[in-house]
Amino acid sequence: MSLEIKNLHARVASTGAEILRGLNLTIEKGKVHAIMGPNGSGKSTLSKVLGGHPDYEVTEGEVLLDGVNVLGMAPDERSRAGVFLAFQYPMEIPGVSNANFIRAALQARLPEGEELEATDYYARLYEKMDMLEMDRKFTARSVNEGFSGGEKKRNEILQMLMLEPKYAILDETDSGLDIDALKIVSNGVNAMRSPERGFLVITHYQRLLDYIVPDVVHVLVGGRIEHTGGKELALELEAKGYDWIKDDIAAAASA
Amino acid sequence: MSTELLEPITDQAAQLDIDRTAGNFSYPEQHAFDAGTGLSHATVDYISDVKSEPDWIREFRHKALDVFFSKPMPTHWASKDLENIVFQNIRYYLANGQKPKRSWDDVTDAEKRTFERLGIPEQERKFLAGVEAQFDSEAVYSNMKKALGDEGVIFVGSTEGLKEHPEIFRKWFGKVIPTGDNKFSALNAAVFSGGSFIYVPKGVKVKHPLQAYFRINAENFGQFERTLIIADEGSEVMYMEGCTAPKFETATLHSAVVELVAMKGAKLQYITVQNWSANVFNLVTKRAIAHEEAEVKWIDCNIGSRLTMKYPGVVLKGRKARGEVISIALAGDGQHQDTGAKMIHAADETTSNIVSKSISLGKGRSTYRGLVHIPKHLKGCKNNTECDALLINPTSRTDTYPAINVRGTGNATQHEASVSQISAEQIFYMQQRGLTKAQAMSLSVNGFVNDLVRQFPMEYSVELKRLIDLEMEGSVG
Repeated sequence: MSLEIKNLHARVASTGAEILRGLNLTIEKGKVHAIMGPNGSGKSTLSKVLGGHPDYEVTEGEVLLDGVNVLGMAPDERSRAGVFLAFQYPMEIPGVSNANFIRAALQARLPEGEELEATDYYARLYEKMDMLEMDRKFTARSVNEGFSGGEKKRNEILQMLMLEPKYAILDETDSGLDIDALKIVSNGVNAMRSPERGFLVITHYQRLLDYIVPDVVHVLVGGRIEHTGGKELALELEAKGYDWIKDDIAAAASA
Repeated sequence: MSTELLEPITDQAAQLDIDRTAGNFSYPEQHAFDAGTGLSHATVDYISDVKSEPDWIREFRHKALDVFFSKPMPTHWASKDLENIVFQNIRYYLANGQKPKRSWDDVTDAEKRTFERLGIPEQERKFLAGVEAQFDSEAVYSNMKKALGDEGVIFVGSTEGLKEHPEIFRKWFGKVIPTGDNKFSALNAAVFSGGSFIYVPKGVKVKHPLQAYFRINAENFGQFERTLIIADEGSEVMYMEGCTAPKFETATLHSAVVELVAMKGAKLQYITVQNWSANVFNLVTKRAIAHEEAEVKWIDCNIGSRLTMKYPGVVLKGRKARGEVISIALAGDGQHQDTGAKMIHAADETTSNIVSKSISLGKGRSTYRGLVHIPKHLKGCKNNTECDALLINPTSRTDTYPAINVRGTGNATQHEASVSQISAEQIFYMQQRGLTKAQAMSLSVNGFVNDLVRQFPMEYSVELKRLIDLEMEGSVG
């Protein structure tokens, strides 16, 4: 069981600029994969393409969720099939309370005619909020409206905890977090680690990986995975930067 | 005409699925009284005759018709679409009788089934103090809890009101909105039929809402109800109206006049949730007079119709009177919601509040027109105006025309306006959580109006949410 990305090519729909150029990656259930890479390498594009963002067109390749190709599915179908995206920039939804939003998302997963049980729902919601040290007032507040950067990120993790996806993609979840918030968010993610779930953690900095320790680290450059290693690769990247990988690619190209 | 009940022609689930509008069904017409097609002094006489009206009303109608004929269409500021109304193609009076029944058991089957489908008898049992149900030109049912009658509350149709309670009716009728106020108020004055007449005696507080439901069933028809509500000193009352019509190919006209009078210290709330089909011209004049320390609140939800023009107003006549208009308009594809509010301050320390939210979908258009008038000689008056527009598609349109005339130094006014859009990123975010595109749109729109909907009675906020969901479902390709 895995989320399998095969030879994925994707471009910006409006300009035709190719961002992903034959990306291969398999995220097995039970594993945490991290993707690191310089700015503009396609990290965020990858997460959006996996989510089905309409700004991008897939021109080649497959994305198989436990063997089923998701590329023809609408973003909401992918979500209900088990793909969760923690956004780098979570959107605000004025007037819609957090509790109602998460409830609607859970309700969308139930068969028609079946209603979410309110008491159980709130009990679970409060339990997860406590884990993330979120004040109860966040249930009544509009989704992400007026939240600080850190509060928004916590709210993403809250939604992940509530929706229990098969595969979670965290897009720069560490950006905008102070060290305390980073620990809390990481605890939330670690609590979700299980043999039933795969993670793809996209980050610019090694720091996050001190708290969410990955099984595999990949380096994304120019829309392709150029290097794969263990968790120690993250430390190496932190120390040496990305240039040595770029140099390797150039050397390989000229050889 | 046959009196045998025919099977309803569009009473089939398959057809409802196409339109997805609960109000889109109709029954075969069977009218004992029909003024025919077109408008003339003979039409007015026909209506006056079948209602056996006193001479003063007959005269009032004839004069009004002349005013109507003499007034031009207000197209120098309003939509040119008004010119598409062909007054001579409309039928002005259709009814089966002039006396409403006091029990649903006595209402004819087609009429009773119509209101049962719209859920009226059920609502009456659940939470209403009284109900009037109008079918085309006349109320077919009108009833009120007996205890209210014992306290002296009057809740009847306009026909009954002017006959049975002339001393109150005549004193206020046409005083808040004179015949010549505008072309459509003149039309209503000429051919009005139905609507409610309510009187709440001094100090009586009506705890549960009174409700009227205006149903158009016939094609090529005009509905012209006339409502007059008088809340005497220190009394309190809440009135709610709902309206629907089936969807016809031809234009239907709805042109009501609603006059409210809140005497000293009275509290009057008037709530409208209209869901007209897209062929209805809805041109309504609504105004209230608020005397000393009285409070009048209009809550106005405009969904559906081809063109709605409606600007509920309050004339703040007594010291410390308070007026409020809370409105929500949803302009679907091809619809124009031209709505707003008027606040005429005419005494010291009067306050008014206008909050308007509009949503435009597809090629829908919403227009806010507001008038706030505070003359120089007044002191301590306050107005707050907020109007927010939400555009769903790039083709949607909104316009705002606020006119705030505030003179003098002792008065304060505040005006805020905003236009926002639901972004593709917002929709993607919500879809990523598992909501369909239509659900995401509905939730965003409901969020936009949420703070206003919270002020509604629960039953109506549920209904409004359902209507918004239906509109959004139909609008997402």
